[in-house]
Amino acid sequence: MNVSALLGVQSIDYVALLPVLLTAGGALAVLLADLFLARERRTWLVWGTLAVLVAALIAQIVLWSERSAAVRYTFCVPGVPGAAPPRSLLPCSYAVDDFTLTLQTLALAATVLVVLMAPRRFDVPFGEYHFLLLSSLTGALVLVAARDFVTVTVALETLSLPAFALVGFGRRAGGEAALKFFLMSIASTAVMLFGLSLVYGATGSLYFSQVYGGLLRAATLGGAPAQLAGVGAVLTLVGFGFKISAVPFHFWTPEVYAGAPVPVAAYLSVVSKAAGFAGLILAVALAFQPYAHSLGILLAVLAAATMTVGNVIALRQRYAVRLLAWSTVAQAGYVLVPLAVSKSSQVSASVAYLVLYAVMNLGAFAVVSAASGSGAGHLPSGGELAGYRGMYRRRPRSAVALAFFLLCLAGLPPGVMGLFAKVAVFKAAVTGDLMWLAVVMAVNVVIALYYYLRWAAVLFDVSMFGAAQLTAGAPAVVAAPVRARTALAANLAVGIAFALAVVLSFWPNPALDAVSHWR
Amino acid sequence: MATLLVLLLALPAVGLAVLYALPARQAARVGAAAGALVFLLSLAVLPLFDYGRAEQMQGRLDVPWVPAFDLRFHLGVDGISLPLLLLTTLLTALCLLYAVRTTAKDESGRTFTALILLLEIGMVGTFLAQDLLLFFVFFEIVLLPMYGLIHRWGSGEERRRAADKFILYTLLGSALMLLGFLLIHARTGTFDMVALAQRHGLGMTLGVQEAAFLLVGLGFAIKTPMWPLHTWLPDAHTCAPTVGSVLLAGVLLKMGTYGLIRIGAGMLPLGAHKFAFALGCFGTVGIVYGALACINQARRGGDLKRLIAYSSVGHMGFVLLGVATLTRVGLDGALFASVAHGLITGLLFFIAGGFKERLGTTDLYTLGRGLYERARRYGALIAFAAMASLGLPGLAGFWGELYTIIGAAKPAAGLTSPGFHVLMAVAGLGMILTATYLLLVVRRLCMGATVGPSGADRYEPLADLSNRELVSWTPLAGLTLIAGLWPALILALADPAVHRLLGGVRQP
Repeated sequence: MNVSALLGVQSIDYVALLPVLLTAGGALAVLLADLFLARERRTWLVWGTLAVLVAALIAQIVLWSERSAAVRYTFCVPGVPGAAPPRSLLPCSYAVDDFTLTLQTLALAATVLVVLMAPRRFDVPFGEYHFLLLSSLTGALVLVAARDFVTVTVALETLSLPAFALVGFGRRAGGEAALKFFLMSIASTAVMLFGLSLVYGATGSLYFSQVYGGLLRAATLGGAPAQLAGVGAVLTLVGFGFKISAVPFHFWTPEVYAGAPVPVAAYLSVVSKAAGFAGLILAVALAFQPYAHSLGILLAVLAAATMTVGNVIALRQRYAVRLLAWSTVAQAGYVLVPLAVSKSSQVSASVAYLVLYAVMNLGAFAVVSAASGSGAGHLPSGGELAGYRGMYRRRPRSAVALAFFLLCLAGLPPGVMGLFAKVAVFKAAVTGDLMWLAVVMAVNVVIALYYYLRWAAVLFDVSMFGAAQLTAGAPAVVAAPVRARTALAANLAVGIAFALAVVLSFWPNPALDAVSHWR
Repeated sequence: MATLLVLLLALPAVGLAVLYALPARQAARVGAAAGALVFLLSLAVLPLFDYGRAEQMQGRLDVPWVPAFDLRFHLGVDGISLPLLLLTTLLTALCLLYAVRTTAKDESGRTFTALILLLEIGMVGTFLAQDLLLFFVFFEIVLLPMYGLIHRWGSGEERRRAADKFILYTLLGSALMLLGFLLIHARTGTFDMVALAQRHGLGMTLGVQEAAFLLVGLGFAIKTPMWPLHTWLPDAHTCAPTVGSVLLAGVLLKMGTYGLIRIGAGMLPLGAHKFAFALGCFGTVGIVYGALACINQARRGGDLKRLIAYSSVGHMGFVLLGVATLTRVGLDGALFASVAHGLITGLLFFIAGGFKERLGTTDLYTLGRGLYERARRYGALIAFAAMASLGLPGLAGFWGELYTIIGAAKPAAGLTSPGFHVLMAVAGLGMILTATYLLLVVRRLCMGATVGPSGADRYEPLADLSNRELVSWTPLAGLTLIAGLWPALILALADPAVHRLLGGVRQP
């Protein structure tokens, strides 16, 4: 027992924090570098940001390599001097386990793709843009490692505040979208904090492990504290529901995605959403486990509503980003399914789905971002779907990649990766005796196939100015075709996502096994 | 032999790679070469197959693929799957050969050929897979290529809608089927089809088997298709290009009956028993419905391709009735009828495609009459295919339907005997109706004078069978004859395997 423990000072494991520290430091470095760089050299900031992310990823690899030894806990409340119980039993705020590592790696790698997918002549202030992106990422990295509700809340705000500003960079409706996002997010945080206050009142702690114990006691005793804690848990989940845009808390999603620059929409749909899910998973699996049964019913209904509403509304979309926005709502519904299983823990299916979803969704966003461009000739909301007609002729590789990502999202071979993701979720539902939810999801998969496939088919449609458009009934206006020239970095992003998708189609085991032994 | 089976899957994939390595104008030839090679390779299975143990899964290869799902790359072939495997490789090879001349020598021709090769991977894999999840993956692989063929190379204004209908219907079916598989796995802890066949439903309660059979059966019933879930079929067939129709009718529908036999009847015997009579009823309604729809198509304004499509609904009704009896004879008949239907309907769709190529239409009344005079051999082939299709003894169509009827006369123990006798009678009526429409077609197309009494109905002579058509069509006609004269060729293979499959169901 060292001195700091005797004094009640928490010891800090800086190695465990390395990815977070690197990202936060990198954010500041990018902001400072922006001040000293000549205007024409601003693009260096992109490479600087990438260097920061790669450094953080290397730190991740170090943590991965030693994960079998022991889970790293830090920011622990020291125990009674002399007693020295094992770390895992102490209330700790930050843990580096399989779950943390998987989602941190996911967030870092996804941000690499987001940075790369910027279109040609991306007209945002580069310094601020990358600073905000890295700041928000810092929040995401902390959130997935957090093991108490205060850290979760602080991380969630660190994640969200820069995101409002990022959305505001959108050229057309950016300001309005940012304001909407801000208001919705604030409201959700308020609801969540209220819920947490109730949970604290009932259990006397905000550490997951102690909330778990407290709820267990409350549940066995029953009465007012148990009810109070139940209401608190539900309200907390509502807060996360906003972040993951679960129906009925999804209203902000399409407007915000459509108003934001496409890479920011990609970031929100993958990193921000994955972090929101991480919070939800941690809360459900670690803290609120004693209430798993009743929360499970709630989550099952939420999942069914989310996927159905998302898919049905996606059917009617005419713009690329809006369609992807509604599709991400629907996909969130699928991720919720394993969480609704209360009998045995199926969390690994949700995490596997998040990982696979990240690859295919980022790929689709990357192609759309490259194709819709920026600046004067920028196509709002990723361009109309009709503008993608015959893309195979002009940009065969992009078109094939986009079609592949769409098939992955639909879960139809050759997009085998997406099929495996769906199988993981179906399996969780069937094993957990949620057959009705599995059938709802099966119907949803069919609905979703329709709009993904329609878009994919348009790409290969060669009758660009064919008979259909010349007949009297059809409107004479031809949608602005998507761009032919794209930035090298954006193509790189598409290429990386494509390669990952192909590899995961043949070998999905890394994603599926990532957290299979967690908890 | 395991290597051979893997090669059957790998070779089309290699063909795909070569396709994109060579210039686009070579695409059709590369495709034909790959198709022929796969067929020859599948013939090589014949001498290696141990006919004394036709009921055993042979050439097994079993390696883990995705441990998280318990998904294994598990292949094998037995007496049930071998005939279907050969049918698949034969039809694909013939289609690729047939398409050599019609395939465009550009990028679109390359995509066309690539889709057929991808389709072949899925079809062959479905019949080889011995792991339920692997089976599901292959079952899904065929959807996109067929969708592409109809959507992009189909004919008519309706082709996009038809393609959508096809894929959405089938995907709904296969999604439910997946749930059934997962339910089986949740209760038995394995996806291994060999082990599940051995257990013959052991480890699953009646309720579980019923639920699983309902889910799995729905998936296969849509694929087969069973009335009233057949509505995607006529549209898809009418719009699909010739080779698409041939493969759709010849192989894709068989994936449904194959699954129903191997997985439905073999692994979920109690569930199958529970729903057998319903299955038989739907199948019998399909027989009559298909025949009536065909008679309707044989009138003015009817379409030859749509007619053949509806006739498939009827023939598949026989297959379903055969499966529903849950007897050795019935299942033998169902398997035989599946293969026969693949040969005969493949031939019929080729013939319809020939009309499309010559006259640009498949409208029965625009095609004109007097084909015996206008194109002698073409007309004879139509008459031959029609006779085979109506079940003339001595041709392939006969045995499957006969065995089915015999099976229905004595259904498995516990099934309602009077009920099946009614079905048998109705199916017999369906056979008469089937003969009616096929004879109507033959009369309409082949007979009659080329010049009407007033001289108004004047039909130009038609180009007779070309060499290309002879090469790609006569194997089907020949096999139809051989299978009709020597049914034991297939039955000797299938019967022991069927017997084993029905292991737990007591024979009457």
